[in-house]
Amino acid sequence: MIVADRKPIEEIIGYLKDHKNILVLGCNECVTVCEAGGKKEVGVLASALRMHAKKEGNEVKIDEVTLERQCDREYLDEIRDSIDQYDAVVSLACGVGVQFTAEQYHSTPVYPGVNTCFMGATEKRGLWTERCQGCGQCILATTGSICPVARCAKRLFNGPCGGSTDGKCEINAEVDCAWQLIIDRLKALDRLDEYEKLCPLKDWSTDRAGGPRKVVREDVQQ
Amino acid sequence: MTTKTPSKLEKILSEGHLAVTSECGPPRGSNSEHIIKKGELIKDHVDAINIADNQTSMTRLCSLAACIRLKLMGLEPVLQMVTRDRNRIALQSDILGAASFEINNILCLSGDHQSFGDCAQGQNVHDIDSIQLIQAVRHMRDEGKFLGGDDLDGKPQMFVGAAANPFADPFEIRVPRLAKKIAAGVEFIQTQCVYNLDKFEEWMKGVRDRGLHEKVYILAGLTPMKSVGMAKYMQKRVPGMDVPDEIIERLKGVEKGKQADEGIKICIESIQRLKECEGVAGFHIMAIEWEEKVPEIVEAAGLYPRPTVN
Repeated sequence: MIVADRKPIEEIIGYLKDHKNILVLGCNECVTVCEAGGKKEVGVLASALRMHAKKEGNEVKIDEVTLERQCDREYLDEIRDSIDQYDAVVSLACGVGVQFTAEQYHSTPVYPGVNTCFMGATEKRGLWTERCQGCGQCILATTGSICPVARCAKRLFNGPCGGSTDGKCEINAEVDCAWQLIIDRLKALDRLDEYEKLCPLKDWSTDRAGGPRKVVREDVQQ
Repeated sequence: MTTKTPSKLEKILSEGHLAVTSECGPPRGSNSEHIIKKGELIKDHVDAINIADNQTSMTRLCSLAACIRLKLMGLEPVLQMVTRDRNRIALQSDILGAASFEINNILCLSGDHQSFGDCAQGQNVHDIDSIQLIQAVRHMRDEGKFLGGDDLDGKPQMFVGAAANPFADPFEIRVPRLAKKIAAGVEFIQTQCVYNLDKFEEWMKGVRDRGLHEKVYILAGLTPMKSVGMAKYMQKRVPGMDVPDEIIERLKGVEKGKQADEGIKICIESIQRLKECEGVAGFHIMAIEWEEKVPEIVEAAGLYPRPTVN
């Protein structure tokens, strides 16, 4: 899933200082699972904004809505009839949701309420870690299903570097060395001999390096 | 082994001499006097001088310019190049620029992570890794082509090196990793600083068992300790560094004013022991901001005078 983290409330207050009718818009997908932008967090943020407005003596109306998704037009259409009541939206969806909402409602400012961080997994409640950077050409078949692009700080294709110590990365003793994990996994699969195969230069044209990307599936288009 | 490039370092190694290289860190500014001074200090005692490429990610005068300075003094530079800061366009371009000044040695590295340096908020590149950089230089030199496939007008005549750290984890792949660098085309290796000689010799045994010492020249890396503080810092703070407690105890055992001398002594003894290690083709003496000590170490270790080659 896409993992996001809450923005400091002061930053959000700063965006909203000139607005009087605000919609706090949540998303019921990834950001709900990582507890950054679901219905619960919409409620918490809306309450905090109301308290701040009251303390400052400002008359501000703040409504709460959480959509099934903000990355699909069908769900974004659910606020079409009410959007004109608001002079600002704070979207607690990922960056995709913020942008897609803005694209549908061209004349309404839409502010981000979270920082979109990475594609990752839930290790446990309150701990999410990165697994994928969406480079567009998956090499997991050759690296024991552990991604050096996302998980090695130097994205080495032929690692580990000389900084790997006790299974940890040179940048931080709390970060696993991806190549230690790869080697452990290749060993467990009895495929350590594959370690010595040279990994060729990567074609980054399917990565962000190639510009904004799209997936086109004519077979499923209507 | 026959030579493939005009590199003086390659000639010395191919004639079977123990090579001696050293290293200069470029200045943190545009004042090139430091480089000239450091070069002058060590030029008669080493065969080639590495110029670091923004080591520990602290921004410095560029390796290429400093190498050109040394070349203009008639010295033999080793261009260190990290994949952290340059994509494949910039790497190839800098290789050609260096080759145009007849810089005939390159050391291919991935580089310390930028979080250690003065631009921790900067982006890193890592378009290719250090092993792929070895392949890239060999491709340009041997095939006479760019990575993109076009013909080069003038091939870079570079002797291709890389680093090896026998002390990083996991230890079991440290010999296979060297084999991988050899498969990529590396011709000489400069190792991480050796303090744990037993572990280094164990690694070298693994290297010999696979006959890898006959496919690459291995220069053992050495850095003299200036003080107990430095030894402790290297033991605790420098990733991938193996400083045994005995080194610290030995430095502690002498009074503060004599610790630097003791550090030099340890360094010389290490060289003398490693001279006997089959497969060690030379020494890379990295006296960090202590270049003036290199001549003394080289002489005391019996590595002076340096051989002359044509």
